[in-house]
Amino acid sequence: MSLEDGLFGIHGKALALRSQRLSLLASNIANASTPNYKARDIDFDAALKEATAQSSRGPADVGQAVDDAMGYRVPLQPSLDGNTVELSTEQTLFAENAVKYRTTLSFLEGRINTINRALKGE
Amino acid sequence: MSGSGPMNVFDIAGRAMSAQLVRLNATASNMANAGNVTGSAAEAYRAIKPVFQSVTDSPGVSTVKVANVVTTDAEPTKRHDPNHPLADANGDVWEAAVDSNAEMVDMIETARMYQNNVQVLNTAKSLMLETIRIGK
Repeated sequence: MSLEDGLFGIHGKALALRSQRLSLLASNIANASTPNYKARDIDFDAALKEATAQSSRGPADVGQAVDDAMGYRVPLQPSLDGNTVELSTEQTLFAENAVKYRTTLSFLEGRINTINRALKGE
Repeated sequence: MSGSGPMNVFDIAGRAMSAQLVRLNATASNMANAGNVTGSAAEAYRAIKPVFQSVTDSPGVSTVKVANVVTTDAEPTKRHDPNHPLADANGDVWEAAVDSNAEMVDMIETARMYQNNVQVLNTAKSLMLETIRIGK
């Protein structure tokens, strides 16, 4: 177990994954009017499971976990130009992801405060 | 892409905003020329449209660029107006091939898309700022 994993537990990996997903959802929103663009997203649970799983070579790389858990979004109503971005879906997920990023951040902050207090011996 | 590092949220949303701005400029040109009258079909203004294309950095991470700007196929409207100073020998003039209603719809869509990208940028900015303040 690396030092980072010991200090931050699951939250370090979770923050990295949230950040990657932020880029993915931003890409979908950016391409909302590009013909033939296919929206993509990751299955967050699967990605986090893979990133934190202990194998013989240690935990998997975050980038690899993102690649493995990625899929195409199934549109509710496909549009004629072949674009599968539905702004309502993407914006909701983007907002949700941002809130969860903040949540992870506050968990991390709690960890850091705990360690700081232990170091200072107050 | 700015620099040689991987594409980040700021690149993605920033370039999408640039692309939408090109589209807004094209719409403005079309609207400005709507109703323009010329003396021949060849001279008449034809609406221009940008063609969007996605630029992929790594799987799933992609922004958008304007591949090129094309002139639409719509033909200018011929109108018989012998008293018009630009009228040709038959007394005909040609009006610019611009569909004002379609342009207005396009303009509103462009504005909405631009706003969405600004929102993405703002959210990403505040998240990044919170992240660098962590542990302080």
